[in-house]
Amino acid sequence: MATVTEAAAKKAPNMLQAINLGLADAMAANDRVLVLGEDVADREGGGIVGITNGLEARFGSHRVRSTPITEQAIVGAAIGAALRGWRPVAEIMLMNFTTVAMDMIVNHAAKLRFMSGGQTSVPIVIRTMTGAGRGSGGQHSDYLEAWFAHTAGMKVVTASNPADAYGLMRAAIDDPDPVMVIENMPSYWTPHPEWARPLTPGEIVPIGKALTVREGTDLTIVAYSRMVVEAMNAARVLEGEGISAEVIDLRTISPWDREAVLASVGKTGRLLVVHEAVTPFGVGAEIAASVGHALFGKLMGPIERLGAAYSPVPFSKPLETAFMPGADRIADTARAMTRA
Amino acid sequence: MTERPNRIAPEVQLDIFRRMALLKANDERSRKMVRTGRLVMPYYSYRGQEVIPSSVSAALTDDDFICTIYRGIHDMLAKGLPLKDLWAELAGRVDGTCKGKGGPMHLTYPKKGLMVTTGIVGSSMPIANGLAWSSQLEGDGRVTVAYFGDGASNIGAFHESLNLASVWQLPVIFVCQNNQFAEHTAFEVGTSAKRVADRGVAYSMPAVRIDGNDPHAMYAAAKEAVDRARAGKGPTLIEAMTFRFHGHILGDDDAYIPREQKEAAIAADPYPRFRAQLIEDGVASEADLAAIEQHWEDELDAAIEFALASPWPEIVELKRDVYQEEIA
Repeated sequence: MATVTEAAAKKAPNMLQAINLGLADAMAANDRVLVLGEDVADREGGGIVGITNGLEARFGSHRVRSTPITEQAIVGAAIGAALRGWRPVAEIMLMNFTTVAMDMIVNHAAKLRFMSGGQTSVPIVIRTMTGAGRGSGGQHSDYLEAWFAHTAGMKVVTASNPADAYGLMRAAIDDPDPVMVIENMPSYWTPHPEWARPLTPGEIVPIGKALTVREGTDLTIVAYSRMVVEAMNAARVLEGEGISAEVIDLRTISPWDREAVLASVGKTGRLLVVHEAVTPFGVGAEIAASVGHALFGKLMGPIERLGAAYSPVPFSKPLETAFMPGADRIADTARAMTRA
Repeated sequence: MTERPNRIAPEVQLDIFRRMALLKANDERSRKMVRTGRLVMPYYSYRGQEVIPSSVSAALTDDDFICTIYRGIHDMLAKGLPLKDLWAELAGRVDGTCKGKGGPMHLTYPKKGLMVTTGIVGSSMPIANGLAWSSQLEGDGRVTVAYFGDGASNIGAFHESLNLASVWQLPVIFVCQNNQFAEHTAFEVGTSAKRVADRGVAYSMPAVRIDGNDPHAMYAAAKEAVDRARAGKGPTLIEAMTFRFHGHILGDDDAYIPREQKEAAIAADPYPRFRAQLIEDGVASEADLAAIEQHWEDELDAAIEFALASPWPEIVELKRDVYQEEIA
């Protein structure tokens, strides 16, 4: 059986293959990189969707370790190893499961550097997948990035395409501070988007740098993770109607690329922020407040935010579809914003 | 010198006493400093529990690691935290171990293997596993001790940590300082097991309950666990029975502790007991022990003077050590 890594070496790997390749290349580049989590070793299938498949065979069972279902102990073990200079990549299978490891993440990983006055540091990566759209309901689909972005000491990244998934993984593992890497599960297997650049092995995507994936003049759409795909689909439709949308893929949620967003909105005069997390108190609120303050008087209209409904993620298909923002709602909002 | 069975070597006894004397003097000085208003800090007295970390530390080396909890200044001091660094930290000054940014509940001093002090009950244990895992990966023979209280044996972190440590056969020692009260709640009110040590069975882990106020028993148990861990034979759970002479936090009137229980515990104070035994057995003279005690009083005077003369941290420290790179 071909390993994921071998498949990824072929042209246009999908997200899943890109992440596997990113992990493999990081482990090859630095023998202090470890992978731990539920089912991550080969005997357990390299994770429930096979993302870490083949890593144990290549790097050894001491560096790739399956754990019991024990999120608090997983993150704790990663922290302890990181205190001695190892670079653990801890998989918390689903983002909702971070809730049972919050103490380790928020009180310890994020704070030990500060509380020790810089004597210790916790260079861990927490990989976690999430996303609505597959009928997984209220405890397997949430986007909780705002919680971690709200925690001083944490960094949060998320990719919209395989090249960035690879490059952000490499950067997260190299980073001296704890980084949460959020992966959108429903897009693991989707083909490489035509608007995204090809994956170049070895290309590191710096943390804190957004990417303008589409240039435009009438409004700026800031998005991340799978919502970039929706924003790009909306932009294509809008172009046919004579509305020119610039799309920025944030890539890093914290620390976010304020400069890139301000430069773009300074040019277009309009800002729409889109994320899959619920709208109230979300990342969009932080970006809107920041841009509103910096560009007060220069905006051509109010900043708009588009996120999920303020409800738990529902199961029923029509409810789930209505819950999340998509290309249609993004396009509708953009039309309303530019009509005036 | 009187020969007694099951007694540890005289030089080890004296080593343990030296640490106990430091811990006791430090606690008394801490309470005095807070009570007289010379220092403002939350203070969780460990008076009465000195034997445990003094004996465990005597069985460790500087290269071994510990993770402890908010009632853990004794654990840190016993393993070598310098007094000046400690007191400057307690005073919130720039010369503190953590530049004044951690305080009494987050003491850290990696030079002596003092890796984490947590303010969260039970959270010393998952991280201790990671340190032990790193020793297993590096094959360096280092041992990690996780200190925690009896209350922590009821929190999830305890159970997750013991399970993982056993499954991975980590060189880690879980030392429960059972002072019989989880904050204000008596041990038996909040704990389903008769003994914390009974829980070791559930994790296929060697576990013992011992008198944590007896340096001989405490050292012997620690040594056995350290030897087991160094030999790659996995973790140990030690339940060390002890008693906390003061309330949960300084200022707490500990009305929830039955008076007779407290009086009996204080009457059995392990410090004067061990001190008398050392003299009786001829391990040391009264003058030797008094000199040790005076030495620590002098060191405390110097440390406190140093701490209170140390500058406050600059406000820019709020932007430092949040990440490796200073926040703009």
